Amino acid sequence: MSAQKGLNLTLKVWRQKNNKDKGQMETYQVADISTDSSFLEMMDILNEQLIAEGKEPVAFDHDCREGICGSCSMYINGEAHGPGREITTCQLHMREFKDGDTIYIEPWRAKAFPVIKDLVVDRSAFDRVMAAGGFISVNTSGNTQDANSIPIEKADADKAFDAATCIGCGACVASCKNASAMLFVSAKVSQFALLPQGQVEAKERVQNMVKVMDEEGFGNCSNTGACEVECPKGISLENIARMNREYLSASVTSDK
Amino acid sequence: MTTLNSRIPEGPIADKWTNYKNNIRLVNPANKRSIDVIVVGTGLAGGSAAATLAELGYNVKAFCYQDSPRRAHSIAAQGGINAAKNYQGDGDSTYRLFYDTVKGGDYRSREANVHRLAEVSTNIIDQCVAQGVPFARDYGGLLDNRSFGGVQVSRTFYAKGQTGQQLLLGCYSAMSRQIGKGKIQMYNRHEMLDVVVVDGKARGIIARNLVNGEIERHSAHAVVIASGGYGNVFFLSTNAMGSNVSAGWKVHKRGAHFANPCFTQIHPTCIPQHGDQQSKLTLMSESLRNDGRIWVPAKKEDAEAIRAGKMSPLDIAEEDRDYYLERRYPSFGNLVPRDVASRAAKERCDAGFGVGTNETGEAVYLDFSSAIMRYGQEEANVKGYHNQSESQIRALGEKVVENKYGNLFQMYEKITADNPYKVPMKIYPAVHYTMGGVWVDYNLMTTIPGCYAIGEANFSDHGANRLGASALMQGLADGYFVLPYTIGDYLADDIRTGAIPTDTPEFDEAEKSVKDRIDFFLNNKGSKSVDHFHKRLGKVMWNKVGMARNEKGLKEAIAEIKEIREEFWKEVTVPGTNDSMNPELEKAGRVADFLELGELFARDALEREESCGGHYREEHSTEEGEAVRDDENFTHASVWEYKGEPSDAVLHKEELIYENIELKTRSYK
Repeated sequence: MSAQKGLNLTLKVWRQKNNKDKGQMETYQVADISTDSSFLEMMDILNEQLIAEGKEPVAFDHDCREGICGSCSMYINGEAHGPGREITTCQLHMREFKDGDTIYIEPWRAKAFPVIKDLVVDRSAFDRVMAAGGFISVNTSGNTQDANSIPIEKADADKAFDAATCIGCGACVASCKNASAMLFVSAKVSQFALLPQGQVEAKERVQNMVKVMDEEGFGNCSNTGACEVECPKGISLENIARMNREYLSASVTSDK
Repeated sequence: MTTLNSRIPEGPIADKWTNYKNNIRLVNPANKRSIDVIVVGTGLAGGSAAATLAELGYNVKAFCYQDSPRRAHSIAAQGGINAAKNYQGDGDSTYRLFYDTVKGGDYRSREANVHRLAEVSTNIIDQCVAQGVPFARDYGGLLDNRSFGGVQVSRTFYAKGQTGQQLLLGCYSAMSRQIGKGKIQMYNRHEMLDVVVVDGKARGIIARNLVNGEIERHSAHAVVIASGGYGNVFFLSTNAMGSNVSAGWKVHKRGAHFANPCFTQIHPTCIPQHGDQQSKLTLMSESLRNDGRIWVPAKKEDAEAIRAGKMSPLDIAEEDRDYYLERRYPSFGNLVPRDVASRAAKERCDAGFGVGTNETGEAVYLDFSSAIMRYGQEEANVKGYHNQSESQIRALGEKVVENKYGNLFQMYEKITADNPYKVPMKIYPAVHYTMGGVWVDYNLMTTIPGCYAIGEANFSDHGANRLGASALMQGLADGYFVLPYTIGDYLADDIRTGAIPTDTPEFDEAEKSVKDRIDFFLNNKGSKSVDHFHKRLGKVMWNKVGMARNEKGLKEAIAEIKEIREEFWKEVTVPGTNDSMNPELEKAGRVADFLELGELFARDALEREESCGGHYREEHSTEEGEAVRDDENFTHASVWEYKGEPSDAVLHKEELIYENIELKTRSYK
């Protein structure tokens, strides 16, 4: 591992007491941050410092710190999850910064993701989109057919897997000028559209999920591609094309 | 005093579960509609239980501290899930999975539970595939398998290095379907802070809304604890930062016994600690040991030169490398179980052969170069390429390895800034999984009637050690296929009970104790942060209650933990208020519980005068450093009854009876 180096940094952090409060940027200094530390470890150090000064620490979402739970959600220097491709904030390491840097840290900004406190936003709109159809309607009784009786072409299985790796972090929404959730929703629609098990209710699924997505206040897609660029899991825009195709086909052929 | 009754059904082992299911009482669908069940935790165990109970017709209230059930820590499991499908035709069977799991657990688990787990394992795969979980497939379109530590067959189903994620998302989608129907009421960002016991039965919980701080009363006919493990008692572990023992500890304090707290799995392949700003550790899937070879320099001077940064592993000739697992354990090699691999790594590092750059020298290599060349040659043969150069073969091989482990390699590179395709990974053992937990009987019920514990939160299936790819299996087995049967038998008594009121003295009392504790934290103007105490506790746990333990260290640890706990209650400071989101307040409550559990953990380790699985007492080992078990005196689960201070806890023993598998010395040589 690279030699440790202590960074001195200026942090501009968004502080907001609750959803009703107006919120503002606050400036903090941190010193002697190891370049081997993760960005969230740097935030821990800031918080320990604030507690020692009798102030309230900065609230931020985080949990697994392995890049997979999708909790961490900071906007760093104007980018979702900060600089670097295909990473979450917990995978961002301080070696990406230089001594003396000023770093701007803000919450996700989208109408459908209201701020709860400081850097924490409410992403439950994603759960409601999922509840509208992000599943295959099969009983969980275990009385299903043998798993190998549904052979799936490797290429399809791999593509379905790639879509299924979405962690629901919301970086796509935060990066989109329209705050669109199309990348997230299309990843789930694609996963099931590519698998034989998902075919039976495919039409209903895409129509229901898109309907709730719109109702939740997410914007539309204008093919700018910022979502794909900022996605920590490299979910492809192809999925949006697939969802549009599925949606169009469902609209012209279904009874609804 | 509660007596332990494991309620293992009569009859031959292979028929126990079937006979049991044929004879339990059922609740008819109309009656299920008037029965409420609370599920705390929404990982693989809690999520699958919530979805299935809702589907059966019960009213389910599910709680998680995360902002969505999709973020439960099961999502971070990498390698795979076992099932005795024998798709590979390599000799697998229910019996063999049963046998491997009992042996892997060093003969400290309950035979009947493990056999049931092996039986339902095949259903799990069918279920997940039906739900659209995209497991890896071969070119014929059928499911692919790989092998894991401690076994000699390929029975592990996987989805690259993200199996836990895919299984959890499958289970979350099943939950989402029930949430959409209104059969599950989902409480995100809620934490259970106490269980409410009425007339001896679990009848509800006190929960805190983590967004606005409100204390809520929720009643139900049964309460299911599915809150995962307590590895974060060590502060540094591979667990998510929020993983905690609180739900299990609260039911323990209300009468549920706690079993084998000292059984912890140390996972051999984690990324070594980078320094003292470290907040947690990251695991590299055990599946990497299928292809990665573990070694350290054979010469001490080479190890020293590497530690000093004067030499690279690539400078060490093949004959100067010590592939110590292959040397010591020829038949299992790099695939020995986790406890064996972890101790072997520690032994080499303690002896001065470690290659970490930090002060302790703690790291060994996990090297993929021979796998890359082997796969590259195979690819070249398949594609009909002849006369390829070494670098061309290497490139082909890297592609194959990328397909198998790409995300893990990427994750490693992000954290360490080293490219593992070119330079061997550095790994070191870290705390990973806790096999101990709330004691449950065969029905998965705790010693509080109506209170169940499933998944990692209970103690049941892994004994003293957990083999790879078996935690996901147990979580889903408990939630999808075991609890939904066993809980029905209990709830059959409740079809006429009606809704449980929350305006009773029991709810009043539990709510008051929760509120008092919160008030204490917010008003105690101490001088030290919660993390300060958590880190101190973690150091004691790792140094004296960690990978190797001895009597002297454990006695010291018990005294030190007590001291830290006393200081915590005097000196802790928690800023902020109770009426809005307050992560420090959440942590304070959890660390308070860890400070009690930690002491019981050390006491349990002190009492168990033998080495078994993940529990290694230095006094009980051979000259070569192999564990020595004492079957005559310790073929039991140590079950602790709460009596106030951890030092007052009373020990009960559940004797473990082996009728089907002969107790043998575990050997992987």
